[in-house]
Amino acid sequence: MNSQRVLIIGATSAIAEAVARLYASRGASLYLIARDPARAQAIAQDLQVRGAEAAHADALDVSDLAAHAGAIDRAFNTLGGADVTLIAHGTLPDQARCDTDNDYALREFSLNGTATIALASRIAQKLESQGSGTLAVISSVAGDRGRASNYLYGSAKGAVSTYLSGLRQRLNARGVNVLTIKPGFVDTPMTAAFKKGLLWAKPDQIARGIVHAIDKRRSVVYLPWFWRGIMAVIRGIPEFVFRRIKL
Amino acid sequence: MSESLQSWGRYPRAVQHVLRLRDRSSPLPAFSGHALPRGNGRSYGDVCLDDGGTLLDARGLDRFIAFDPVTGVLRCEAGVLLDTILELCVPRGWFLPVVPGTRFVTVGGAIANDVHGKNHHKVGSFGCHLRAFELLRSDGTRRVCSREENADWFAATAGGLGLTGVITWAELQLKPVPGAWFDTETIRYGQLDDFFQLSAESEHAFDYTVAWIDCTARGEALGRGVFSRGNHAPTPTSVGEPREGGLRMPFAPPFSLVNGSSLRAFNTLYFRRAPKTSRRAHEHYRPWLFPLDGIRDWNRMYGPRGFLQYQCVLPPAAAHDGVHELLGRISASGSGSFLAVLKQLGAIRSPGLLSFPRLGTTLALDFANRGPATFELLDRLDEVVAAAGGAVYPAKDARMSGERFRGYFPAWRQFSEFTDPALSSGFWRRVMQ
Repeated sequence: MNSQRVLIIGATSAIAEAVARLYASRGASLYLIARDPARAQAIAQDLQVRGAEAAHADALDVSDLAAHAGAIDRAFNTLGGADVTLIAHGTLPDQARCDTDNDYALREFSLNGTATIALASRIAQKLESQGSGTLAVISSVAGDRGRASNYLYGSAKGAVSTYLSGLRQRLNARGVNVLTIKPGFVDTPMTAAFKKGLLWAKPDQIARGIVHAIDKRRSVVYLPWFWRGIMAVIRGIPEFVFRRIKL
Repeated sequence: MSESLQSWGRYPRAVQHVLRLRDRSSPLPAFSGHALPRGNGRSYGDVCLDDGGTLLDARGLDRFIAFDPVTGVLRCEAGVLLDTILELCVPRGWFLPVVPGTRFVTVGGAIANDVHGKNHHKVGSFGCHLRAFELLRSDGTRRVCSREENADWFAATAGGLGLTGVITWAELQLKPVPGAWFDTETIRYGQLDDFFQLSAESEHAFDYTVAWIDCTARGEALGRGVFSRGNHAPTPTSVGEPREGGLRMPFAPPFSLVNGSSLRAFNTLYFRRAPKTSRRAHEHYRPWLFPLDGIRDWNRMYGPRGFLQYQCVLPPAAAHDGVHELLGRISASGSGSFLAVLKQLGAIRSPGLLSFPRLGTTLALDFANRGPATFELLDRLDEVVAAAGGAVYPAKDARMSGERFRGYFPAWRQFSEFTDPALSSGFWRRVMQ
């Protein structure tokens, strides 16, 4: 079998890097897209030593929507198509600031929602014409229900999850799998300011779950698994109760 | 965020602000007061603690940079674990030239403590195989250090306990091996003289030697133990990987499981279990080089008060009588550990100003922390070591006095000219008093 061709956007995120290492150890060819080219390059070097057949690094600011097409074309051309694509970029907006600073809130929504949907749409077209492959996107449990503590982030992720649900239906008959990844709390630089408790997982653990779900062509995966139950409970709380509680 | 990151000995306790390093090309994060770079926290005492200050957690600097499978030169970031290097390189026919008793240390930690292994008599310390590294200072300056370039910084940083700056990456020379396996031999011996004899006769033919000693034995049997020696097995074997024992100390018991009676029972049993005549075996590197790594979190067995490890080296002329005296004082005290280790170190010079490894005999063992009695015993051991002209290993230490340290490491004054003004550790503040 030829080596797997893997495209990762937001490749310097801790979860994405852990996923890339798993593919590198399988001898995959990787194409990394990230905002900071020096960091992406450092990761590409690492992946090559870890066994990647090839590892390329490219720069893209995902908030520059006009630049998406070019970056994705370069990636597909370099790899000669893609078997696995992962969209992993994201930020964790400050909800309190979103409540008062509208421009900031919309920027964050665009980064975590619109830009992700735009990338997913372009990649979907590539995979559709290829007639194979997986599009995996890191959404969040936060997208399952808006909560006062981070509903701007949650609404962007909710938009992504809903979009992917429709995209999955559309591409189902075309041999393309769409995977929605919903991690719970993960101990990464994005969440450095939080106190860590029992529910927190390490990026390595999340990455193993992602690769497993891609291998098994799953549709939606909660990581770790117990978040499926937690979110079912949270979604099940009637609104007249939910509006009164702090979450 | 304040975290109570501990050292392996779980003594002393420290509270520190933790900042994680992730990118080798970024400047150091801003911190106030003093800070200390930290690897995987496997040193025992307070060389990896900075109570009231900041720890610069370097485990996020865990990327490889380049590996040449022809020459065996590996360049990687300083937070890469030796375990990760072995996993990657052994299947490709390369091995780390020097490994300590645990593979869960970072490259940066191995440099900062200039660690040694069971093959010290053949190859010297970790720093002897270090080709180069980059040192990032708190003023933002970066220096590539090697034996040729910035050689003075190289000598200060190898064994420099993280005090000269943050090591961002390092380049190591690996050694070629046929495979992951060792041909080993285990020999039970009855008294201290036998240890010296076995060491002398094994020195040339065996790359790796070490002895476990029964630290509870007295009188004629003082220093008795089990001598192990081995070499990389010459042929690659298709035998599968050994199963890692899934053993783990799940929590720290409310009191130390190591006490006078459990010690005597364990040590006697362990000694008697070893065959009277020598036994040869074919063993994977993991159980043979890193037996304690098979029991995760074994340090918890000493209970909530933690333990102190004591490792010293005595120069050859004083080694026999000195070790005899040390073992006598230890066995008379009734304390000591399940795993006491004796090893002959070789003559290859360590590169660092504060490097511990040097020609002589090294003794290492743990002591449950029983408060003042334990500290007094260790002070009495220091008397023997100091009189013999030896040294105590900072990586294991949590209690030696500044006076002792400065006697053991006379180059400290020269070293202190290279310390980074923004970096400090619990250890350094103690021994500079």
